[in-house]
Amino acid sequence: MRPPEPLLALHSVSRDFDVSRPWLNRVLEREPRRTLRAVDRVSFEVAKGETLALVGESGCGKSTVARLVAGLYQPTEGRVEFRGRRLQMIFQDPYASLNPRWRVRKIVAEPLRFATSKHSQTEITSRVHRLLTQVGLSPDDAERYPHEFSGGQRQRISIARALAGEPELLLCDEPTSALDVSVQAQILNLMSELQERLGLTYVFISHNLAVVSLVADRVGVMYFGRIVELAAAADLFARPRHPYTRMLLDAVPDLGMSGKPRTPVAGEVPNPLSPPPGCAFHPRCPHANARCQAEAPRFSNGVACHAVEEARI
Amino acid sequence: MTILTVENLTVQFPTRRGILTAVDSISFAIAPGEVLGVVGESGAGKSMTGLAVIRLLEPPGRIAAGEVRLEGRRIDNLPHEEMRRIRGRRIGVIFQDPLTSLNPLYTIGQQLEETILTHLDISPRAARERALSLLKEVGIPAPEARYQNYPHHFSGGMRQRVVIALALAAEPRLLIADEPTTALDVSIQAQIITLLKRLAAERGAAVMLITHDMGVIAETAQRVAVMYAGRIVEIGPVREVIHAPRHPYTVGLMGSIPRISADQRRLVQIEGAMPRLNAIPPGCPFNPRCPKRFARCVAQRPELLPAGASRAACWLHAPA
Repeated sequence: MRPPEPLLALHSVSRDFDVSRPWLNRVLEREPRRTLRAVDRVSFEVAKGETLALVGESGCGKSTVARLVAGLYQPTEGRVEFRGRRLQMIFQDPYASLNPRWRVRKIVAEPLRFATSKHSQTEITSRVHRLLTQVGLSPDDAERYPHEFSGGQRQRISIARALAGEPELLLCDEPTSALDVSVQAQILNLMSELQERLGLTYVFISHNLAVVSLVADRVGVMYFGRIVELAAAADLFARPRHPYTRMLLDAVPDLGMSGKPRTPVAGEVPNPLSPPPGCAFHPRCPHANARCQAEAPRFSNGVACHAVEEARI
Repeated sequence: MTILTVENLTVQFPTRRGILTAVDSISFAIAPGEVLGVVGESGAGKSMTGLAVIRLLEPPGRIAAGEVRLEGRRIDNLPHEEMRRIRGRRIGVIFQDPLTSLNPLYTIGQQLEETILTHLDISPRAARERALSLLKEVGIPAPEARYQNYPHHFSGGMRQRVVIALALAAEPRLLIADEPTTALDVSIQAQIITLLKRLAAERGAAVMLITHDMGVIAETAQRVAVMYAGRIVEIGPVREVIHAPRHPYTVGLMGSIPRISADQRRLVQIEGAMPRLNAIPPGCPFNPRCPKRFARCVAQRPELLPAGASRAACWLHAPA
């Protein structure tokens, strides 16, 4: 039951980065320009009120997707379509993302300065107090500086600031990865409460599959700049289809201590400057055959894998 | 015979505003071939404990009380020069960031050879052979080809393997690994965990595995010590601590970890935060956040008491 108009849609979005050596080196050593494709034909839609998670290992392009959605990067190809009015970001590092010289009042009120309607000073103050209460801080905290807060409290300030602009979409890039587990639990609970209360839509980027299984309605698994599998969270975690998804799930330490045998995965993510031909995962894939080495699989029916398409696995 | 014995270890930092106690009278032991996990949140004192054992505390931090014994011999009061020989020879150390343990200006072959020649009385040729076999053992593909490479040629996971090879170079009896997999991706993390486990089992070394990640401990350790505000609040077999935690803090900690299998929408939440070192409450340090607090918790500090197969520092387990 998807509403006809998604809030956010990416249509085959790619992003290249120029990683050429300096001009003089290129001329002297007769090297061509070199580009690195960080995001490769990524398409997905996000419906209003849902949480889409993008998961993958470092360097898979998930943060680049977030920046493309936020408009911090322009896509090299493809189109990002946002049908809402405002979106906001929450970043991983709550130490780097708050201005240390500003009081919390000023930090949280900053998005209000760009609001369409002008607010009086008393309106802004009461707004800031309400936002701080909403994220579990006290109105008195408005007069303090970021350094007086712990990591978890700073992340609450980031969330309050993001909410100040009344966004429809929140882009969360590893919002709890720098936090201790008990603090992470507080922030994740807060985020799900806010979603219920305010009808927010989240694009949630994380490397942590357990966190993703908790927050996401749908999950996109990224490998080497592409989405290799996209499915409802319940399906993905119960029946992973792509060999890479299976490998990731297998690699998560098992807290239940069921003693299930783990198949350790050999190999690492390939160097993006010399991508392997065919499917980017084939050097690590137990199901790879000649076709996988030669031909990149198309994304169809929720997964990009020859073996799945040919019903070999 | 235990390899590492720590008794009533206390680490303090004298500051202008008074003395801060980062590790408060903790005791534990690790047997040969055993992996003891030390888990806790930032500031709980787990890394301080590791640094105190190897005597690498940054001044003004110092061991204020207690004893550390390695194979029965006291090492907390040895002169620095002697301690330096023990580190590397008898105790291997692995830190979170492999780049802090590797010199960027030397090839990994040179670094391994130097470490081996410093600690073992063997010929340079034998040292080279040993270095190559260590690289092979930790799973570096084509060690002969990688021998002349510098640390920056390696990926994060491969660097951590080189650091493990360095830590193992002199056949240490004790391995201290402080967040060895935290900077790595899950697939690489699984490889490193498998490696650590195999090394402990095959070489009979004792491993102290310090991490905030209970999943890593569940996979690797036999016993686990849970730290809170500089104290061990619970210690016992891993399975027991995970499935039947006895201390209210451990109960909250276990509930706050998201799990893939569970159909959960909300995590258990421990209200508040761990106290700062200058504001540790009297009695049980967890009492202001504890849902089961009663009068004694505020008045009197609990020692580790038997609780099931574990021991927990909680008055709920006081004999009636």
